[in-house]
Amino acid sequence: MNKKINKSDFKTDWSYSPAPESTDHIKIVKKNDLFINGKFMPPEKGKYFKTINPANEQKLADVAEADKSDVDKAVKAARKAYDKVWSKMDPSERGKYIYRIARLIQERAREFSVIETMDGGKPIRESRDIDIPLVSAHFFYYAGWADKLSYAFPGKQAKPIGVAGQIIPWNFPLLMAAWKLAPALATGNTVVLKPAETTPLTAMKLAEIIQEADLPPGVVNIINGDGKTGRAIVEHEDINKIAFTGSTDVGKMIMKSVAGTGKKYTLELGGKAANIIFEDAAIDQAVEGIIDGIFFNQGHVCCAGSRLFVQESVADTVISKLKDRMESLIVGDPLDKNTDIGAINSKMQLEKIKMYVDIGQKEGGSVHQSSCRLPEKGYWHAPTLFTDVSQSHRIVQEEIFGPVLAIQTFRTVDEVIAKANNTPFGLSGGVWTDKGSKIFQVSKSIRAGVLWANTFNKFDPTSPFGGYKESGMGREGGLEGLMPYVNLV
Amino acid sequence: METFIHRIDQVGAQKRVSRLFSRSIKKESKIDALNTVLSMIDLTTLEGKDSPGKVKQLCYKAAHLHDQFPNLPSVAAICVYPTMVPIAKKALENTNINVASVATAFPAGMTSLEYKLEEVKRVVVDGADEVDMVISRGKFLRGEYNYVSDEISLVKEACGQAHLKVILETGELVTLDNVRLASDLAMEAGADFIKTSTGKVSPAATPPVVLIMLEAIRDYYKKTGKKIGMKPAGGISKAKLAIQYLVMIKETLGQDWLDAELFRFGASSLANDVLMQIVKQSTGVYQSANYFSID
Amino acid sequence: MSQREDIKKTYKLYIGGKFPRTESGRYIKWVDANNKGAVNICRGSRKDFRNAMVTARDAFSGWCSRTAYNRSQILYRIGEILEGRRSQFMDELILQGSSKKEAGNEINQSIDRLIYYAGWADKYQQIFSRVNPVASSYFNFSYPEPTGVVSALAPNNSSLIGLVSIVAPIIAGGNTVVVLASEEKPLCSITFAEVLHTSDVPGGVVNILTGYRSELLDHFSSHMDVNAIIYCGDEPTEIKQVQENAALNVKRPIVYNDENWLSKNVQDPYRILNTLETKTTWHPVGI
Repeated sequence: MNKKINKSDFKTDWSYSPAPESTDHIKIVKKNDLFINGKFMPPEKGKYFKTINPANEQKLADVAEADKSDVDKAVKAARKAYDKVWSKMDPSERGKYIYRIARLIQERAREFSVIETMDGGKPIRESRDIDIPLVSAHFFYYAGWADKLSYAFPGKQAKPIGVAGQIIPWNFPLLMAAWKLAPALATGNTVVLKPAETTPLTAMKLAEIIQEADLPPGVVNIINGDGKTGRAIVEHEDINKIAFTGSTDVGKMIMKSVAGTGKKYTLELGGKAANIIFEDAAIDQAVEGIIDGIFFNQGHVCCAGSRLFVQESVADTVISKLKDRMESLIVGDPLDKNTDIGAINSKMQLEKIKMYVDIGQKEGGSVHQSSCRLPEKGYWHAPTLFTDVSQSHRIVQEEIFGPVLAIQTFRTVDEVIAKANNTPFGLSGGVWTDKGSKIFQVSKSIRAGVLWANTFNKFDPTSPFGGYKESGMGREGGLEGLMPYVNLV
Repeated sequence: METFIHRIDQVGAQKRVSRLFSRSIKKESKIDALNTVLSMIDLTTLEGKDSPGKVKQLCYKAAHLHDQFPNLPSVAAICVYPTMVPIAKKALENTNINVASVATAFPAGMTSLEYKLEEVKRVVVDGADEVDMVISRGKFLRGEYNYVSDEISLVKEACGQAHLKVILETGELVTLDNVRLASDLAMEAGADFIKTSTGKVSPAATPPVVLIMLEAIRDYYKKTGKKIGMKPAGGISKAKLAIQYLVMIKETLGQDWLDAELFRFGASSLANDVLMQIVKQSTGVYQSANYFSID
Repeated sequence: MSQREDIKKTYKLYIGGKFPRTESGRYIKWVDANNKGAVNICRGSRKDFRNAMVTARDAFSGWCSRTAYNRSQILYRIGEILEGRRSQFMDELILQGSSKKEAGNEINQSIDRLIYYAGWADKYQQIFSRVNPVASSYFNFSYPEPTGVVSALAPNNSSLIGLVSIVAPIIAGGNTVVVLASEEKPLCSITFAEVLHTSDVPGGVVNILTGYRSELLDHFSSHMDVNAIIYCGDEPTEIKQVQENAALNVKRPIVYNDENWLSKNVQDPYRILNTLETKTTWHPVGI
């Protein structure tokens, strides 16, 4: 006879107690000046703007705003450093400086992670386990290329371009800085970098690292500001190359602006990737891949898998499992180690996402959201999905840049390939199937720069990343990532 | 038997495991978890050199984990070889702790069906509340799934009122696809619990294997409304890992499975590590093994 | 007041992440050019080589499965640690006949060479791999893999830079190695083993023996579990012996007769490629 197991009289529902990451060991500079020529200096016009923590709307610091004259100062410093020091230096020695930066970031990793989370809203677990390790890996990888460029391009010598102007977004602030700085420096260029105005703080900490690494003054200059500062950089006469990551609209403005000037440029723009699940996929892992594709980093990912295509025979199963999995996503304080989905980066972005969810419903889509409770203060959005939508719906066509997934079903391979390509974007795509030949066929047919098979949103410094069509031009990462920063002679 | 082949991607499964294992369990949730783990342990001795003396001492420990610390839950069950069942039964008669017996020529299962069923009936007569059987892995790997399934059904019948745990011996099945297939097969055939390992083969219970089995249970529940239990066995000696498994249960199956009725840990040294953590949480001081009895 | 006595160093072998004495118990009395500064170093035996081969083989599967990034970081770390141990190497190089300036230069080049190969460890794959445009519906790719366990006879005319120049590319490529140190200038090799040991290099990945080339060459080149052998030098009878013995199990015989190991000409990614095998895989493209 079975005895009744001793039933415990613990709390009926086991929930996770708060597990906050400590912030008492980090130092956020309250007044962040412009980093030009190896020093922090105040802006010419004395203007500062504030940066806040989107999880609680508290001000974190004041940040100097660079105007045209400050931009000019920075470019001059970069030019001088290029002419007199950096382009003349033995490439092996250049590499050593970049290795130093990589190692210093590793040493101060936790501080960077905490500040990244506070400034931008992404969960600490993501910044600690993904963003920051990738940052140091990126510097480490490119440091090694500095003295090996003669092997990178058969038959050609790779020469630096000169001074690069780099404008980066707010979704992976320090990682985007690494993606831009590392190859530029390794190939012998000097840089003027402008972080996004909602996330300047980790770049400012990076400036401290650059000082600690004794990088010659002027090789890297970091100045803050909004679109006006960005324009001043793009339009500056003595900048040889522009690197931009951001929206397609601004990318087009930049292309027009530099037309006829001889400036080189690379652009990393928007996306509306198709994530395709075939009936012969490993379904549970595919569901996890959907989550990775659109809900992590709050959906603030240019290569997000925002259009889900599920083969009709498994659609009900997949959607049902997806809804279950969404329920276990923890939305909350980004500094809590258990948080999966953090704060939306800014009020403006939150408004935009809400607008699209509204449009989706008005267009006739069926909306579903996880039942998580959102905090009172701060900017938050629950993971959301739409069914009963099609290629003709706006929320399927336009980039939302938030945790909103649009789901369509398909019946045949040809149909889904055509629909996947039926977009002006072409940054990324996902294919889920257990059949190897299908992976190769489908990835061959999709017009996008990055194809993930049985995975999604995987990044590595050695792996090139970039888009087709209106998702941009040029690649970052890998050997291809050197090309934008060299002239081949 | 259903024909839908449930495919598993090993890398993807490991990724899910890593994310689950990155949960940070602190303060009250940690104390709750530690107590829950204790209540789920099947304290186990399965050695050729087991004797009445050994088993009696183990049973006493099971009922008196750490008397110095009040209000501790007791373990769920003792797990022993068939010849030790009467000893364990007597030693535990004034407790709420169940007696589980391995059977069916544990651990290898390499004997005739006749002998296996006889063994099961014997241990049930001797008073075993639970029976842990092994599947025929050789038959499974040859693709003789009907044989494996029929064997489980017959053993279930022989169990009578005792509940049946089916050991898949996942270390010998090797792939996660096989683990999933064996799990589905065992549940269809009448298992009350599916269990990873005998503990005699390495690797025993590993996180991806446990995840796949929990997912199989979830799908089976969605399909049939039946709640099947799960037991990882072997290789779980640290409280931290046990708590990580509780996270896995919670986020895959939900609160109902956070209960000894539906989840067990097959372990021998886990209990003391959990006790050390419980005392540390209470006193704030890291503990030494010297202060916790061994059986 | 009496003078403080130094504790003299014992030079042992480096096998499997440990520092055993030679199982033969025999020694070589090393002296400098003036017959002074005597040091007893191990006279490595074939059994030492055999033992080293076992640990090198054991260590191979773990080492080649590490990520390239990880191997790259470990090589960089060896450079970091070597940088910190300059003075010990200065003393040994000077004892073995270098001037202070030469010793400093050799140490600098050795560190920089480690950093150089650290930078190749996660890049050589990109320049030596290909996707091949075969004329049928297949995805066809060629990719370099480590050959396995390499035995090596380090250059005789160098104590540190020669050894580093041989070992770094071998392990950057994911191989493990058993290397016989310079016979004339063996001192830095064991000290270098100490650097390896404190740099997160797993035991067995690099094994360093001291001893007589004439006694060990045959075993280094005939062992049936060696995948490739690197011979440094230009002695024709030795080269012939190596190449003949290599035939026993078709191990790859590699001969380097470089004179000046300090020159940047001896460092390039082809030194890594020499210890790699190319694997080509075909997979249909279709639905």
